[in-house]
Amino acid sequence: MSTLTQQEFVLGLFEAAPATYSSLRQLGKESFYAQGLPALKAEEYKFTPISKKLETSLIHFSPAKPVKISAEQVKSAVFAGFEGVVLVFSNGQYLPEHSTSVDGISVRLLSENESTPLGSIAKADKDSFVALNQATFSDGLHISLEKNKEVDSPILLLQFHQAQGGQVISPRIWIEAGDFSKATFIDYHISLDDAPYFVNKVVEIKGGINTELTYHSLQQEHNQVIEVSNLVTDIQKDSQFTSTQITLSGDMVRNNLTLNLLGSNSVGNMYGIYLLNGKTHVDNHTNVDHTIPHAESNELYKGILADQSRGVFNGKIFVRQIAQKTNAFQQNNNILLSEDAIINTKPQLEIWADDVKCSHGCTVGQLDEEAQFYLQARGIDKTTAKGLLLYAFAGEVLDKIEVDSLRNHIVAQIQERLGSKF
Amino acid sequence: MLSIKNLHASIEGTPILRGINLEVKAGEVHAIMGPNGSGKSTLASVLAGREEYEVTEGEVIFQGKELLELSPEDRAREGVFLAFQYPIEIPGVSTTNFLRTALNQVREYRGLEPLDAVKFLSLMKEKMALVEIDQKLLSRSLNEGFSGGEKKRNEIFQMAMLEPVLSILDETDSGLDIDALRIVSNGVNKLKSEKTATIVVTHYQRLLDYIVPDFVHVLYKGRIVKSGTKELALELEEKGYDWIKEEVDSTATV
Repeated sequence: MSTLTQQEFVLGLFEAAPATYSSLRQLGKESFYAQGLPALKAEEYKFTPISKKLETSLIHFSPAKPVKISAEQVKSAVFAGFEGVVLVFSNGQYLPEHSTSVDGISVRLLSENESTPLGSIAKADKDSFVALNQATFSDGLHISLEKNKEVDSPILLLQFHQAQGGQVISPRIWIEAGDFSKATFIDYHISLDDAPYFVNKVVEIKGGINTELTYHSLQQEHNQVIEVSNLVTDIQKDSQFTSTQITLSGDMVRNNLTLNLLGSNSVGNMYGIYLLNGKTHVDNHTNVDHTIPHAESNELYKGILADQSRGVFNGKIFVRQIAQKTNAFQQNNNILLSEDAIINTKPQLEIWADDVKCSHGCTVGQLDEEAQFYLQARGIDKTTAKGLLLYAFAGEVLDKIEVDSLRNHIVAQIQERLGSKF
Repeated sequence: MLSIKNLHASIEGTPILRGINLEVKAGEVHAIMGPNGSGKSTLASVLAGREEYEVTEGEVIFQGKELLELSPEDRAREGVFLAFQYPIEIPGVSTTNFLRTALNQVREYRGLEPLDAVKFLSLMKEKMALVEIDQKLLSRSLNEGFSGGEKKRNEIFQMAMLEPVLSILDETDSGLDIDALRIVSNGVNKLKSEKTATIVVTHYQRLLDYIVPDFVHVLYKGRIVKSGTKELALELEEKGYDWIKEEVDSTATV
């Protein structure tokens, strides 16, 4: 246990926690104390010394209060060409005055009605940051999709973050999708200035049967942000859940993604891109639990690492003994653009059933110089050639993003980062 | 147009080219032949600017410019085109997208306006007919899963699009069946003009029935050891390279 747990870091947060969900918070607190912040050598956080990072970077161990957001700020943050529902948050607090709505989706503050079964999907005893969030979140949003409701336009969760010198932001979101419903969410984090802060987010998604849910997450905050994000979802029979995790910046970012395949004929897709430079450290831990026969999971994460950036990928596939006829595919490919960039990648398969199809592979390489020369030999300058190749490398994941405005936004970011136009 | 003088090049310290001299004028077709390992492909690569090769001596003047001083992309923009012996597969980049980027960068260098999508597509259609290449192929990832013949046709298609002054075909014929060879050669022949020149690097005489050279040079141990007309190619086809090797090696020992 880190020394930090005994100190003002948690105390400040615990003291400031609201009175809502008091027994849930108490459980969270107990669970947090039982686990402590991850120790330096803790297996799950082996390559990501998050506790040390928090200890050395945070100044105010208190929750960041919501800040005022203007209509212009909302307008300029929404992707060009975006058409859909916009739900606006400031430091985790939902702002109805800036948000839009659509038939078939209802939203309410978590504090409005304490019946939301928080913690029933993202379990506090599985991760100390989930426990910490459960004990200290200030408020959050409950989103429900009506049964049979197919929302064609995407739902954008616009999360503005701003703190004074390293406060803590603890967003908490609960999504419930009725049977046969369909929706696409985009979770977009934006920093309002460049002061440091710590985001400790928990998203729980409870899907009904025969649902089709997509959750895109775009992390594009400034480079002093420390973030731990937990997304946990229960996937019922005949359902499909897809996650794409795009990370472009940050100081230290840890994403825990957990998919529980609970019904037969269910599909879980996990896609991700991390395009890193500077000293950004990004750790994607994914975990898919095949608990029943005849389910499928697909995973593809691609990393491009420049400068002294560091990436970690850990993909756990757990196939229980009963989960025969499982199909599980996993791939993680990385390109290192500098000698100082580091990637630690680890597939972790635990298979207890004997009639399954599972594959995994990870690659780490450099940019293909032959391909670069080929493009140059056709008159394309070196930077553009490099950009084209890296874009093509990431393209396989980008193609999975069906929301044009989001994909175009990401492509523009990538082009800008790579300094090339094509 | 192209003047190569005493060109020496090596790779990782091993000399490959040991003093090449070659003059190519506009309107000419030169064939470079020679046994395996004689330096044919190295010559093509050095002219295109492949970085692995180190030029240790000599100079190459292309249309009055020091070619070896230019980056590979600037050589292409000046009008040098290398049809690769082994075209690279690039997953995720479509031929169309790649060529539009390339063509517009070349046009910018030459002080021309970029082509808009409509003009680009009509130019593509026109050039596609030249090498009998299917549009479907071009919307796919560059060379990915293409057959050998399709890759080589794509090279000539790119050549047609970029309208080079000097085309270097590096063993474009190897691995092609007779139909593909005919299509590729027809493409090259249609693109020839009074103002352009072609260097055909090949191991076999067969291609030269279709692309008729004005000059044939034999490369051996990094030097041009014999030059002649197309009859020399026929002689090589008939007698092989051994007599040339013997001639050169015996002279060397004297």
